[in-house]
Amino acid sequence: MDKVIIAQNLSLSYKEFETIISKASFSIDAGSFVFITGASGSGKSTLLKSFYGAIEPKQGQLSVGGVNMNRISTSKLNFLRRHIGIVFQDYKLIKEWTIEKNVMLPLIISGYTSDVSGTQVQKLLGHVKLIHQAGKYPLELSGGEQQRVAMARALAHNPILILADEPTGNLDEYSSSVIWSLLEGANTQLKTTVVVVTHHIPEELNVPYKHYHIDAGNINEIA
Amino acid sequence: MKSLKNHISLIIALFTVLASVQIYVAVDRTIAAYETRLKDDYSVIVVSNKAFVPSEFKSMSSMIERSEPISTAQVLDRLKGEMSQKNLDLLRLTLPKFYRIYLNRYPSPKEINNLQRLLQRNPAIERVEGFAQTHDTIYKLMLLFKNVVQVFSIAIAAVTSLLILKEMRLWQFQHAERMSIMALFGAPVWLRSAVLFRLAIVDAIIATIILCLAFYVIDYYGFLITQLKAVGISVQLFNFVNDSLRSLGIALGISVALTFMIVIFPNEED
Repeated sequence: MDKVIIAQNLSLSYKEFETIISKASFSIDAGSFVFITGASGSGKSTLLKSFYGAIEPKQGQLSVGGVNMNRISTSKLNFLRRHIGIVFQDYKLIKEWTIEKNVMLPLIISGYTSDVSGTQVQKLLGHVKLIHQAGKYPLELSGGEQQRVAMARALAHNPILILADEPTGNLDEYSSSVIWSLLEGANTQLKTTVVVVTHHIPEELNVPYKHYHIDAGNINEIA
Repeated sequence: MKSLKNHISLIIALFTVLASVQIYVAVDRTIAAYETRLKDDYSVIVVSNKAFVPSEFKSMSSMIERSEPISTAQVLDRLKGEMSQKNLDLLRLTLPKFYRIYLNRYPSPKEINNLQRLLQRNPAIERVEGFAQTHDTIYKLMLLFKNVVQVFSIAIAAVTSLLILKEMRLWQFQHAERMSIMALFGAPVWLRSAVLFRLAIVDAIIATIILCLAFYVIDYYGFLITQLKAVGISVQLFNFVNDSLRSLGIALGISVALTFMIVIFPNEED
């Protein structure tokens, strides 16, 4: 099976002498569903950031989608990010844009025509049950609704990899179930690799998954 | 409201640069018009002991446009009552020939001296009079004024460009969140910064329109033109097509170049 993420002796740090992840070696198969858990401040979000190039490896090797993340050029990083969908705990929606335009963002960046992107956005907003809110602005929606918009945006360009950082951390039960079902659907139907950083793995999940736990800078696979 | 305030700051800054350039252009045109007037009024007087044909003078210097003899009949007529006809005839024979020489441009004092020396090399020419002193003082004052305006224009453009740069850094800060979200989805720098370029272009166009209207009103109602006409200078202070196109070019050039600068060299703190 192809590997989407390969880490070899990967060390991550924000400051010179403060290592957050230490010499981690692991790989994530294409089409798999992976959870990364750990206590607050354990470095799980930092690890996720290294997958989309927001932080560079301090030591070791990291490859994402076949792209070497060590000293990656801006153009290569942009290319990689155009094939990744990211969901954040704080949604990161552009508040001056409508819901429809926010979902369209990855398609605009990838250069899709307005016809294609319009159809795709309508479909996705239908999936997240926000089609009637398309013309509204993010701040007019509830937190759960905003996260569903962020989820639709992450799926818009059919990414090879979805990275989600505490996607249901602030959400009500209904919005959480919508998010999990969308992530499940992307994984089972589109064969998209999904990596989720979370404190709690949902019990209602119906997909096989791998579980990594971070403790004191070490990454261990939980059987 | 805050956004409008930011727009107004940039529009005023761009308008100031454009206005200083336009004032310099207007001063330059005024001085050019004054030079033309001086050139038309100005001539060199040559006294010679032989008759010259116009082509002889023209061949002496490329500055000489044309020449014309000055008639001595009027002077001799005045002397008719005071001198006998015989003496008058003798005087007519011995009187030198006078010529007025017109130049193709208004010369500098050095050029006048060179021309005088050149003409005096001809043995038949006895005397050359430049009469440059009177015109020269006003002309030098106008050149001084032009230089002062030029220095002020450059200083205003430099200071205002720094203000525009600061303003654009503020815009960049205001749109930083949007730009960073776009970056997370792989947007190239130009797409992320498109909002800044759009604002810069729109404000450059607005500043140009305001400048054109302001100078059109000044030109149309003619308060300055009337004053210039009073001193014999006829000049168009604002050429709508040429000046508005040049102003638009300058405004777009400055705003787009400065936007490029902040996009390519972002603040270390960003």
